[in-house]
Amino acid sequence: MSKDASFIVERSTRLSAAAGFAAAVLVVVLACGPLLFSANIVDSLTTLFIYLILAVMWNALAGYAGLVSVGQQAFFGLGAYFAIQLSYYGVGVYPALLIGALLAGILSLPISPLMLRLGGGEFAIGMWVVAELAHLLVALDPLINGETGVSLIALNAFSPDHRRAYNYWMALASAVLLLTVVFMLLRGRLGASVQAIRDDEDAAKSVGVRVLAGKRIIFFLAAFGCALAGTLWLATSITFQPNTYFGIQWTAYMIFMVLVGGLGTFEGAIVGGVIFFLIEYMFGATGVWYLIGLGATAIVFALFLPRGLWGTLEDRWGIRLLPLGYSLRMLSADFDQPDAVAAAQERRQTPASLDKHDIAAGDSSPAPPC
Amino acid sequence: MIWITQLLNGVLLGGYYALLACGLSFMFGVMRIINLAHGDLAILCACMVFLIADQTGISPFVALIVALPLMAAIGFGLQRLMLERSLRAGMLVPLLTTFGLAIVIENGLFEYFGADSRSLAPYIGDFAFDSWAIPGNIYIGSLALLIFAVAVVLLGGLKLFLTHTSLGRAIRATAEDPDTAELVGINARHVYAVAAAIAVASAGLAGVFLAMRETFSPYSGPTQLIFAFEAVVIGGIGSLSGTLVGGIVLGIAQTFGAQIHPQGFLIAGHIVFLVVLAGRLAAGALQARGGLHRLFARRL
Amino acid sequence: MSLLAVEQLDARHGLLQAVRGVTFTVAAGETLALLGANGAGKTTLLRTIAGAHRPFGGRILFDGVDVTAVPAYARLRIGIALVPEGRRLFTGMTVKENLLVAGAYGNSGPWTLDTVLDAFPLLRPRLNNRAGTLSGGEQQAAAIGRALMTNPKLLLLDEVSLGLAPIAVEAVYRSLEALIKAGATVLLVEQDIGRALGVATHVACMLEGRIILARSAKDVTREQVTEAYFGLQRARRATS
Repeated sequence: MSKDASFIVERSTRLSAAAGFAAAVLVVVLACGPLLFSANIVDSLTTLFIYLILAVMWNALAGYAGLVSVGQQAFFGLGAYFAIQLSYYGVGVYPALLIGALLAGILSLPISPLMLRLGGGEFAIGMWVVAELAHLLVALDPLINGETGVSLIALNAFSPDHRRAYNYWMALASAVLLLTVVFMLLRGRLGASVQAIRDDEDAAKSVGVRVLAGKRIIFFLAAFGCALAGTLWLATSITFQPNTYFGIQWTAYMIFMVLVGGLGTFEGAIVGGVIFFLIEYMFGATGVWYLIGLGATAIVFALFLPRGLWGTLEDRWGIRLLPLGYSLRMLSADFDQPDAVAAAQERRQTPASLDKHDIAAGDSSPAPPC
Repeated sequence: MIWITQLLNGVLLGGYYALLACGLSFMFGVMRIINLAHGDLAILCACMVFLIADQTGISPFVALIVALPLMAAIGFGLQRLMLERSLRAGMLVPLLTTFGLAIVIENGLFEYFGADSRSLAPYIGDFAFDSWAIPGNIYIGSLALLIFAVAVVLLGGLKLFLTHTSLGRAIRATAEDPDTAELVGINARHVYAVAAAIAVASAGLAGVFLAMRETFSPYSGPTQLIFAFEAVVIGGIGSLSGTLVGGIVLGIAQTFGAQIHPQGFLIAGHIVFLVVLAGRLAAGALQARGGLHRLFARRL
Repeated sequence: MSLLAVEQLDARHGLLQAVRGVTFTVAAGETLALLGANGAGKTTLLRTIAGAHRPFGGRILFDGVDVTAVPAYARLRIGIALVPEGRRLFTGMTVKENLLVAGAYGNSGPWTLDTVLDAFPLLRPRLNNRAGTLSGGEQQAAAIGRALMTNPKLLLLDEVSLGLAPIAVEAVYRSLEALIKAGATVLLVEQDIGRALGVATHVACMLEGRIILARSAKDVTREQVTEAYFGLQRARRATS
């Protein structure tokens, strides 16, 4: 170390300030969407917003809290189901969408103590069981007509144009709100604590991180977010079929978006959402091959580009548009060990390592340097 | 009497679940991987045997001689090409890659076979429907009995293999501490690949039995994975004899659930799974407070 | 010719350089004691020789053959066995299974289940107990026995007395002495200078990843070793 290298700790850079400003402008422009764009584009953008919500929620779960869930479709479906129930009992249709999502979120609270105590892979399938059970129970409700499903008839009170605009605004508002909440949460104390949990749960516990509390907040948020995505999907498609809403394909989409964009990077989930939206737009019609492609791409990314597109970009050029962490900036120039800076950066930037578990003997043996 | 018959059916069904869960449990025990493509690999083997039986007229039982080594080879290759690298990247990455694999297998099978439900039952003749009557007007299906027997033999054989052969001991040593296993001369990579081969071949065997018992489609895999997982968790993860118990509990729950409601078959299984989880949680919390003994002692 | 030759070996843990340019040889029949404080690089050096840690640079020759790229499991077959720090038995398996699992992959030779049990008679009554239930001394005996089962030409011992009761240390060293007398080639890492000097033919001291003293055991005094151990020479040089 040099004699007096001094640093300042920064939360944002000039680039990130610019990115924040650009994001704000983008939101304002998008808010005028229904007045500017054709009906087709408005519909597409609504779908994109729903995908963004799903990607950001799954990323918060897996990329930050280390919870790989293959059962988030439970909340996606339950949100839509509750919205239908509420509407049936006379609640206004748009409030019903919001309250339905909230109810599904609240339902996650009694589920979370059971699920969060399961280890990584057990949690994954455990959530799948929850989704299957939710699916079966919802299909038992006579209101739903089994797998035939039901329509949210109350939506017919609005003209198609109005409905389109309202759906769009609600999806945009939901996406902006949820993204902001996740951003603020992860930037704050919770972000640091859940990442500590993901990297080493025992170590986190030992320094006083309240492991379960942190995971619970993320779990609730992700449940609510996925449920809101479900009710928004209901608003756009009007019909509710248990098979579609509780289908495992939603998890496949979420995993794809997050893996391709960049697991554990905030911007990555957004990038992944946009990429998925484009891929679906281009190849969605090819059906089965499209799904095979999604699965294969997910494998390739998990194996060879585990930080995803954005994560890789970030590592290579040190770009951070929406900085969740801290960065060190050197003030004094006579610093003789650039290695140490690299090391400090590396430590901050390697969340993709999830829980390290080494199989090959030797190359990262846990033995201390003797 | 119907209840006794149902109970017996449940137990025998449990044998199938134990067989199905065996590979999942084994892979987790050795490599700490939960293979989300487990069910789809089972269905892959069922499709393979169906293809052989349908094209050549060979009995599905004989076709197993070709299919099982093929499944073992797939398991071996899977470990070497995919799982090994996933494991190095972290605990959660194998979940993502095996999920991706599941999607690829399911849709690949759909592309090739279409959505139709098929069954191997027509290819094994009367054996699919034969049953034995035992006193008291109770009937036991011979296929169900065969599956149960195979499950017991496989689980028992695996246990013997692990304790009494040097390869088995090497697998256990590697499961416990791969680093140190290398230091006593064990090639951990090879051992993992062998374990994966065993796990995938046993999944394949279960898949073929499923196809003999009932119908299957390219998308049947995930359900089978969930059943296998429930059996494993109910019986205690990583324990082979526990897997048999877990399978039987699941089988009984489903059989009785089916008596109550058409959908009860699935619902009862899921509920038993969640109840067992909740029970463990409560027992754990109780233990933390000094166990049941203390609680009662305080009451008295 | 020397049995083991280490040339300019570098080993790292991430950015931390644990072993820096280490060179030494061990001839057949010798016992080299590797001394040094915690963090001097001894364990890393031993693990690198055994193949459990990949070196960053340098070469390892065994019997004249370059084995630097040979994986750990294969090094065992050419005759290098490590008794790792902390014993690392397979605690879920019985003592007998621990011994057999190693025996299955090693070379054949004088060491068999019977001869190992003769060398460590305290293991005999515990043969069918799970290794995790053994006392520290019994575990250490089992760990050494497990390495012997592979009939190594070179035995690497890492801190065999660590965490043991004095009486257990005594027993382990008595067995070691017998082993060395029988002609085994041993490289041992030890914190206890007295113990090490008692059994070794040669001594090497490590400090901050380098070997700073290497002598035959009879030419070295306790004081010289202590000095090297704490890096006092360097400290003195710096102050003068």
